[in-house]
Amino acid sequence: MRTVSFTLNGKPTRITTDEKRLLLWVLRDDLGLTGTKFGCGQTACGSCTVVINKDAVRACATQIGDVDGKTVVTIEGLAQGARLHPLQDAFVKHAAFQCGFCTPGMIMGAYARLLQNPRATAADVLHDLDDHLCRCGAHVRIAEAVTTAAAAMRGGVR
Amino acid sequence: MTPFDNNIEVPDGWGFAQTIDRRDFLKLTSTGLLVMFVVEPLLGRGLFGPAQGGRSSAPTDLNAFLHIGADGRVTCLVGKVEMGQGAMTSLPQLAAEELDVPLSMVDIVMGDTDLCPFDGGTFGSLSIRQFGPVLRSAAAEAKAVLLEMAAERWQVPVTDLRVESGGVLHKTDRTKRLTYGQLTEGKRIERRLAGRPSLDAVTAFTIVGKAASRRDAIGKVTGAAKYAGDIAPAGALHARIVRPPAHGATLAAIDTSAAEKAPGVRVVRDGDLVAVLHAHRDEADAALSLIKATWTPSRSTLTDTNIFDHLVSVAPAGDTPFRGGDLAAGEMRATTTFSETYRKGYVAHAPMETHSAIAAMENGKMTVWAGTQTPFPLKAQVAAALKLSADKVRVITPYVGGGFGGKSASQQGVEAARLAMAAGVPVRVVWSREEEFFFDTFDPAAVHTIRSGIDAAKKIVFWDLTVVGAGSRGVEHIYDVPNHRTRVRGGWNGNPAGMHPFGIGPWRAPGANANAWARESHIDVMAAKASMDPVEFRLHNLADARMRRVLQAASKAFGWTPKAGPSGRGVGVACGIDAGTYCVNMAQVNVNKTTGHIQVVRIVSVQDMGLVVNPEGAKQQMEGCLQMGLGYSLSEEMHFTNGALIDTNFDTYELPRFSWLPKIETVLLDSDLPAQGGGEPAIVPMGAVLANAVFDAIGARVHQLPMTPARVLAAMRG
Ligand code: FES
Ligand code: FES
Repeated sequence: MRTVSFTLNGKPTRITTDEKRLLLWVLRDDLGLTGTKFGCGQTACGSCTVVINKDAVRACATQIGDVDGKTVVTIEGLAQGARLHPLQDAFVKHAAFQCGFCTPGMIMGAYARLLQNPRATAADVLHDLDDHLCRCGAHVRIAEAVTTAAAAMRGGVR
Repeated sequence: MTPFDNNIEVPDGWGFAQTIDRRDFLKLTSTGLLVMFVVEPLLGRGLFGPAQGGRSSAPTDLNAFLHIGADGRVTCLVGKVEMGQGAMTSLPQLAAEELDVPLSMVDIVMGDTDLCPFDGGTFGSLSIRQFGPVLRSAAAEAKAVLLEMAAERWQVPVTDLRVESGGVLHKTDRTKRLTYGQLTEGKRIERRLAGRPSLDAVTAFTIVGKAASRRDAIGKVTGAAKYAGDIAPAGALHARIVRPPAHGATLAAIDTSAAEKAPGVRVVRDGDLVAVLHAHRDEADAALSLIKATWTPSRSTLTDTNIFDHLVSVAPAGDTPFRGGDLAAGEMRATTTFSETYRKGYVAHAPMETHSAIAAMENGKMTVWAGTQTPFPLKAQVAAALKLSADKVRVITPYVGGGFGGKSASQQGVEAARLAMAAGVPVRVVWSREEEFFFDTFDPAAVHTIRSGIDAAKKIVFWDLTVVGAGSRGVEHIYDVPNHRTRVRGGWNGNPAGMHPFGIGPWRAPGANANAWARESHIDVMAAKASMDPVEFRLHNLADARMRRVLQAASKAFGWTPKAGPSGRGVGVACGIDAGTYCVNMAQVNVNKTTGHIQVVRIVSVQDMGLVVNPEGAKQQMEGCLQMGLGYSLSEEMHFTNGALIDTNFDTYELPRFSWLPKIETVLLDSDLPAQGGGEPAIVPMGAVLANAVFDAIGARVHQLPMTPARVLAAMRG
C-alpha cells in the first residue's frame, strides 16, 4: 500500500492503494472515470490510452505507482466544461465513430501527438494511431476528423 | 475532494444510460397519446414476438411504440439497441417525419425490456428496414388520432385539417391551431396498431434522407457514453470466472484455498460456475491466477488445417435450395468446363467491447445491464437460469460497443445474474479478450466446390455448387444460368455435434461473405479463361436489370476500362446481394511479389439500397463494411488445435488498421424501392473483389481466405 499523488484532469488527486495496481482499473473502479476503456489488457488495442505528461500511454499496462507526481489526462478531462476540444469537435462533425468504444483511446492518442507537436500533420497522427484498433471500421472518418483537428491546432486553436 | 470531482459536467441525456425508473415512466405516460403494440405482428416474419405476457390491453401496459406527452415531446420506445449502426439517430428521424415535428422534439428509449415492446434482436441491417415501417405506422396512427381529436374539438371535417411543426391546423381558418401537447393535455389516449396506415409517399419526405448529426456523438467523444461495463451500482464487484483451457476440456479438480485467503476476495460457486469476486478488476485478475484447476484434456483432434476435410466428411447431406434446367445437358453444351474449390477459415467477431454485463438484485427483481444485441431473449434466459418469473427480470441495454452478430449470444448476462444471485451483491462480468475469443460464435469455416461450364458464345451453360458450412444466405448464382444446382450442406442449425470445434453464429451478413467470395471468384476464373474483361463477362451473363445498373454505375465511378485478366493492373470487381440491397465493389491492389503482402489502394462501393433514410449513416456503414472486410479477406482466421485457441489476443489475431486504409468511395444510387438493409451488403463482395484484384495483379488465384502473404506466395509458385 502506498499513497500516490498526481494531477488528474487538472485536479490534484491522491489515492492509497497497492502501487502495482493498474492505472486503467484505478481510474475505472476507484475513481469512477469509465471513459477510459478496456479492450485487450495487453497493450494491443489502444482503447485504454491516456496522456501522462505529454505521452500517450496504455493505462492497462501502467502501474499506479508510476504516475506519482505526474500529470494524467483522460478523455473526461479534455473538454473545458461544455466546450469540446478541437479533436472532440472534429470527431463529432465527421461522425468519426460508430459504436464509439475505441473513440476515447483514439482521441487521446491523437491528442498526445498534437500536444507534443501542434504542427503535426494528419499523417503523423495516423501513424501513431496505427496501433489503435477500431472494429467498426470508422477509419475513414477518424482520418478526416484528425485532418480537421490537426489543421485547427496548427491554426492556433488552443 | 471526492474522486468524482473529476467528472466533467455533462447535460442530461448525453450519457444515454441513465436508467429511467419504471415509476417515473408510468407517470410520464399517465397522460398523453400512446400508440400500442398489437399482438399480430405487422410484418408476419416472426421478428416481433407477442407483447410480453399478453398484457397489451391492460392500462398499465408499457408496450408502446410511441408516446406524445403534454409538452408535445414524442418518445419512441424501441427494443432495438444502438451498437454503432446509428438507429438511435435514424429511427427518430422517421417518427419526426411522419408526425411533422422537429427532430429535437423526439426522444428515444432503446433496448429496455421493461419499457420497450418485445423485440427479437438487433441484427445489422434489420433495424431500419424492418423496424422503420412499424415505427412509421405508429407515428401515422398517432397523426390520425390527433387530426380526429382536433376535428372533434372544432367540429370540422378531418379533411379540412393538416399537421405542421408539431401541431394541427385548419387549412383555411388560421385561428384554429393546436399543438399536439394542447390536444393531448390531461387525457390518456391509447391506440392499438392494426392494419397498415397509408404512409407518405417517399417523395414527400423532408427529414428522412437528410444527414442528421448523431445523437450519441457528444457522449461518445467525451467519455460520458455508458456501456454495460461502465454501469456502477453501489457495492458492485468484478467477477472473474474459472475457464477451461480448451473446448471439450472438463474440470477434474479445483483448489480455491489460496484465492480465498487473498484480501478483499470472495470465491463464489454456482453449479458449474466458479468465480472470484473483488471490487477491483485487476485484483480479481490476480485472485483468479491463485486458483489451481486441473483439467482433463479435450478429445478434439481438429486443427485449422485438417478442419476442411473434416467439414466435408461430417456435414449433413443438406438440401438443394436452387435447381433448374438439366445439368447433364448443360455439360454437353459446354466448350470449356471448370472445377474449383474455395476455402475459408473461422473468423471472430472481435468487437472492441468484450461481452460485458452487470447484474443487481433489488427487492426480488434482477436487473441486468448488458452489452447485447438481444435484450428480450436474454431476459428469458436469465429468468430461466434464476427460476424467476419474467416480470422479475429486467434487461437494460446501454450503448453496445460493437456487435456484428457476436452479441446475439449473451452468456455473460446470465453469468452476471447467476453470480449476483449467489453472492447477494451486484456483480460485473467483463470478459477478458481471451474469453471473448474463446466463447465467440465464429463465422464458420467453409468449403465451396463449383463445377461450371461456358459455351462458345462465352455464356455460362451450367453451374453446380456445393457449399459446406456457410449456409444459404446469398448463395444464389445471380447470373443467367440455364442449368444449375446449388447444394447447401450445413449452416446455422442441424449440424451434427462436433462438426465445428467451437461455437459458430451469425457474423456480419452470415455466410453471405463466403458464398459471394466463392461465386464471384469463380465467375472471374471463367472470365479469364474466356479472355474477357470481368465486368463485360458479368454483363454478358446477367439479365437482372437492377444488378446491371449497379454494375454499370460502379464501372463509371471507378473508371473501369475493359481488359481481360490478368491485366497486371491489380483491379477487381465483385457483386453481391444482401438484405435486399444490391452492391458492387471494385478494388485496386498492389501485391509485393517478394513478400506476398497485399496493399489495397482503392475501393469503390456502389449500392442500391432502396430508400435511404439516413445517407450519412448509410455511407458510414458501408465504409465500416469495406474496412472490416479487409480483415476476413487478408488476415483474420482463428488458429486452433485440439480444442484450444492459438490466437487469444490482438497480438496474433490481426484486425485492419489505419495503414491498411485504402482510398474509399461509396455511392448510393437513387431508388424508388422501400428501404433495404444497409449495415451489411458492402462487406459481402469484399473477399471476392480482393481475390479478383490479386489475380489481376499477379496472374495467380488464391483459393483460400484469408489471403495471407504465405498463401499469395504459394499461389504464385502454383
Ligand atoms: S486495453 Fe490497453 S491497449 Fe487494449
Ligand atoms: S467505433 Fe466501434 S470500435 Fe471504433
